[in-house]
Amino acid sequence: MSDIVESLQPRFEGLEPRPSADHPSVQCPVKFLLPLIECLRDEFDYSMLMDVTAVDWDKESPRFSTVYHLFSIANCRYIRVVTNCEDDENPSVPSISALFPAADWHERETFDMFGIRFEGHPDLRRILMWDEYPYHPLRKEFPLAGIETELPDAEVAEETDAKMLAAPMMGGPFVSKGGEPMSKSEPRAADESWTEWKKKPSLEKE
Amino acid sequence: METETSQVGYNSKVEGDVIVTRVDAVINWVRKNSVWPMPMGLACCAIELMGVAASRFDISRFGMEVMRFSPRQSDCMIVAGTVTYKMAPVVRRIYDQMADPKWVVAMGACASTGGMYRSYATMQGVDRIIPVDVYVSGCPPRPEALLDAMMKLQSKIEKEPSFKNLGKETVERRTWA
Repeated sequence: MSDIVESLQPRFEGLEPRPSADHPSVQCPVKFLLPLIECLRDEFDYSMLMDVTAVDWDKESPRFSTVYHLFSIANCRYIRVVTNCEDDENPSVPSISALFPAADWHERETFDMFGIRFEGHPDLRRILMWDEYPYHPLRKEFPLAGIETELPDAEVAEETDAKMLAAPMMGGPFVSKGGEPMSKSEPRAADESWTEWKKKPSLEKE
Repeated sequence: METETSQVGYNSKVEGDVIVTRVDAVINWVRKNSVWPMPMGLACCAIELMGVAASRFDISRFGMEVMRFSPRQSDCMIVAGTVTYKMAPVVRRIYDQMADPKWVVAMGACASTGGMYRSYATMQGVDRIIPVDVYVSGCPPRPEALLDAMMKLQSKIEKEPSFKNLGKETVERRTWA
């Protein structure tokens, strides 16, 4: 499984295997990201970019890592490449969109959600939220419920008095308490149905 | 006492050709039987909306089969699906472009309340930006539920004063603390 990592290690100094439950995975120094991706594409037949995403490690430093999944159509196998972003406040990594055009929108989404700048990207704009939106929603400090913000259209906002408001969370439907098994913590499980915790009703008295 | 009305009612020469009624009743009868919906399909509810239009459920039985994709030609906006904050101003603009009189049906949990999307991206009910006449529960609602809502809308149209909002701003602002 890690043959490929071993064969790459002499060529890219500082390349480390990462613990992984499924596919080979490498931690790559950011300066080798582009050469490594190109090498995997051209020499190891990883011809398809499946995903670009990122991880926010919250308090740790380096705080942000970007994650790339490559797939080899010829050999039917995956590899995962992880690299740490340089700056914790204004993270950035080089864009791989010159190597894989498919990275374009993936990187725009990662930029939108995490605020990671992809240097050399041809058109780094937000892709899900609108351009003026001030936050990056998948960062750890951003609450799921959201933060009060103006609507994208000022005219409509004035006409309707509507704003982006924090969504109601606890106590509402579809919000589970967490921690317990799903059959206990799901709000809808607190009904008449039987689970592993609640016996099936029976005519016979115990 | 002979009034003009009784003339019409009892004159055997015009009997059967003349109907006496109220203006409201006639106008509302016309309106309720030719509601032209504007399908605002935003998510999976729109699939059920298509089911309502197709042969099994057949919304044309109620005179509503003329789905208009131009807001200028439609009377009733059916908001079918999740309204995100990014989409909300667009929904509002399309509503503004519809000519009076106009009605809104919020179809499904998402359009009514935000549904299962308790998150930063989803507007918690389309009634924050446009006035809703009928809410339909369900995720997504069965086509029968939408038909029921449209029939409820018909009976609502039937009862309202037909010149109620003529030339006036119809938006009832709802304040959210």
